Amino acid sequence: MIKIDKLTKIFETPNGPVTAADHIEMEVPSGEICVLLGPSGCGKTTTLKMVNRIIPATSGKIYLGGEDTSGMDTVTLRRNIGYVIQQIGLFPNMTISENIAVVPKLLGWDKARYMTRAKELLEMVALDPSIFLNRYPNELSGGQQQRIGVARALAADPPVMLMDEPFGAIDPINREVIQDEFLKMQQELNKTIMFVSHDIDEAVKMADRIAIFRDGHLVQYDTPDDLLAHPKDDFVKNFVGDDRALKRLRLVTAESVMQTTFAYVKPNDTLAEALTKIDAYGYRDAVILVNDLHQPIGYVPKATAINMKGYCGEHYVGLKTIARTTDDLRKVASKMFTHDIVWMPCVDENGRLVGEVTQRGITHYLGATYQRDTSPSQPQPLHQAKEAS
Amino acid sequence: MDLLNFTIDNLALLGTLTMEHISLVALAVGLAILTGVPIGILITQNERIAKVVLYVASIIITIPSIALFGLMIPLLSTIGHGIGYVPAVITVLLYSQLPIIRNTYTAIHNVEPSLREAARGIGMTPFQRLKMVEIPLAIPVIMAGVRTAVVMNIGVMAIAAYIGAGGLGVFISRGISQSDPRQLIVGAIAVSLLAIITDYGLIRLQKRLTPPGLTAAR
Amino acid sequence: MTNQLKQTYYFVLLACVFALGVYLQGAGTIDDFLYYQEDIVYLTVQHIELVLLSGGLAILIAIPVGVLLSRPRFQKVAESAMQVLNVGTTIPTLAILALAMSFLGIGTVPAVFGLTIASLLPIVRNTYIGLKEVPAHLKEAASGIGMTELQMLFQVEIPNALFVIFAGIRTALAVNVGTVPLAFLIGGGGLGELIFTGIDLDEPIMMLAGAIPTAMLAIAIDSVVGAVSYVTVPKGCNPIRARQ
Ligand SMILES: Nc1ncnc2c1ncn2[C@@H]1O[C@H](COP(=O)(O)OP(=O)(O)O)[C@@H](O)[C@H]1O
Ligand SMILES: [Mg+2]
Repeated sequence: MIKIDKLTKIFETPNGPVTAADHIEMEVPSGEICVLLGPSGCGKTTTLKMVNRIIPATSGKIYLGGEDTSGMDTVTLRRNIGYVIQQIGLFPNMTISENIAVVPKLLGWDKARYMTRAKELLEMVALDPSIFLNRYPNELSGGQQQRIGVARALAADPPVMLMDEPFGAIDPINREVIQDEFLKMQQELNKTIMFVSHDIDEAVKMADRIAIFRDGHLVQYDTPDDLLAHPKDDFVKNFVGDDRALKRLRLVTAESVMQTTFAYVKPNDTLAEALTKIDAYGYRDAVILVNDLHQPIGYVPKATAINMKGYCGEHYVGLKTIARTTDDLRKVASKMFTHDIVWMPCVDENGRLVGEVTQRGITHYLGATYQRDTSPSQPQPLHQAKEAS
Repeated sequence: MDLLNFTIDNLALLGTLTMEHISLVALAVGLAILTGVPIGILITQNERIAKVVLYVASIIITIPSIALFGLMIPLLSTIGHGIGYVPAVITVLLYSQLPIIRNTYTAIHNVEPSLREAARGIGMTPFQRLKMVEIPLAIPVIMAGVRTAVVMNIGVMAIAAYIGAGGLGVFISRGISQSDPRQLIVGAIAVSLLAIITDYGLIRLQKRLTPPGLTAAR
Repeated sequence: MTNQLKQTYYFVLLACVFALGVYLQGAGTIDDFLYYQEDIVYLTVQHIELVLLSGGLAILIAIPVGVLLSRPRFQKVAESAMQVLNVGTTIPTLAILALAMSFLGIGTVPAVFGLTIASLLPIVRNTYIGLKEVPAHLKEAASGIGMTELQMLFQVEIPNALFVIFAGIRTALAVNVGTVPLAFLIGGGGLGELIFTGIDLDEPIMMLAGAIPTAMLAIAIDSVVGAVSYVTVPKGCNPIRARQ
């Protein structure tokens, strides 16, 4: 856990003092990624670098795992904090394995141990040790170098990581890949991470919590979904963008918006039965058909049910697409747009029908939280920072 | 005090020797510019030849000047110019080749390909391109090479007093042979000041010659 | 330099030497030359000793000075020091030797002193510049990782500045080797003795007996420094070692 208490930095410059961070208060729970977000010059980097004292704080305290760090000596403190910067900063004079092993070496590990560790880490960041261990940084692409940068920070398994725009210099396609890899790693490693970004999309994707900075102040500290749903003021609203509702799509899974009470028919049901169900549930166009394993295989259109006779198994239309419970709404919406449909069945990991996602369901879910903005009587979760700042 | 008196007494000689020193270096470096710049431009046409030329020039500059004198005098004495300013000027000429050729070559070689292409695009002939684009852009860098050559060779010319070339080295050589600290110090200081002042002046000149659009001269 | 180029060069050199040999043999010069053999050997050893002593001293003094000047706490001093050094490098070496002689007299001590001073400047300068030019983000990464100041100096800063430092050493030794023959003038010995005496006595063979070994020694020393720098500077930050 990282706890920051009234942290302040005032730079003395020839043009007078500059307050880069003003009484910042926040807490990053263990195992979470907190993204510091805001426009250039708002004090994100300064706040981050005060944690490992690359920038000495003017006042305020920092606690790691409950312990006040002001008593620790700088070198010990830093060896317990992984550090990744945008310029990567791999040492050109060292090979990849030497770069990764540099902290373990400083900590006095023996050679066998740090070499094993270097190999292990290379595999973790998806690079083949037999190819990369003995290369030099200038023989790697930018994306590969940043993977090594992350591996180096993880080498001595520090509980806390600080990352200053770590993926900022990587091209957009590789950035997505490396972000995904990093999130996958984090699921296993459960580090407590402070991560600076100026990119709202990156923040929404990576963060458990987002801290929005403006001119050295922490303006809002919330989960991504709450931040997008309830930007605290116009500054935050502008910063997250007009399409903030769309950005939330990524944060919500199909499972949380699907309807679990719904009608379906089996191949042996008659079309008359299908029509009854369609009418009973008030469906406008069709009803889902499932097989014996309860997997959706198609749908029976209302027109068919009215005009034809026979069994559903003989008169159904194949499904164009389905949603999985774990799909985020962005994916679901994208499928709807692609196939020009307004609903689709939702299946579990075994492909069995568990619900249906409708366009109304999605808009309703997103809209429901926005309603709260206008009805302040409702309880608001996770707004510790609001009161503090 | 002694030193001051000596200087005043020998002011005329000091002036003559300084002028001699300057004209010898100027003559030699001037000739070196006339050879070095065209060579530097020509070798941009062929990378292999460029490497060979630069390598040979770097070998020449590695040879200590007095050794070069020692090699040249026996050769030149066959045409009756063994001792005197001729071997000195030739040596300086040879020494100046590396900085001048190298800087010309790199400057022209490093002219941005897009500029060259633009020049070609508006229909300049290769010669016009050289004259209107490449050389103007290269001038500050070539000047830097000339400056290196001049400053280095003020020192070389001082040594050339030992082969009868004249110049400020005469004070030093006499000072050493006569164990006369006055001549030693005056000679050493005069030649040092000449180098320092020339260097400063050439830096200023280099800045003046930099096209206003080019801020950072190398 | 590429191997191919070296081969070309050696071939040309060999051809020249051969042609010269044929000519000189015909003129009976070789025998005259051999007359100086003993002197050449003795003076060459002395010459090398002077280079090693003054060059070694210069390196030993200059690198720590350069390192110190590059530390933040000496920043102000360093800027003025660099200006002085820049002016200093323009001073002709003969003038430095002359000044050394006028204060310390004649002999090996003023010679070594003058040579050391003349060789110091490029090394201090390049050490300082090389260390200053180590990118700030490397230093930040190093301290962020928890390196102490000394660990950072030896594991990150010096290795990354080494190429530039060696360039300074190479320049310095070139200056040194070029000046050693002048050391004879103030009583320091070395191959300069044959050259200067040859000039005085108008003895071409004697001049050559000094000039040829002096020239070859200079080229050899330069190649040795080049080779040492090639293998010493870590591969990852050595611009002249080709990337794979
Ligand atoms: N070393 C410094 N000296 C003076 N001012 C600084 C220094 N570092 C940062 N600042 C100022 O502090 C403010 C915050 O900077 P920073 O934390 O780097 O912003 P961010 O990372 O959010 O872009 C800026 O106004 C910046 O100009
Ligand atoms: Mg920043």
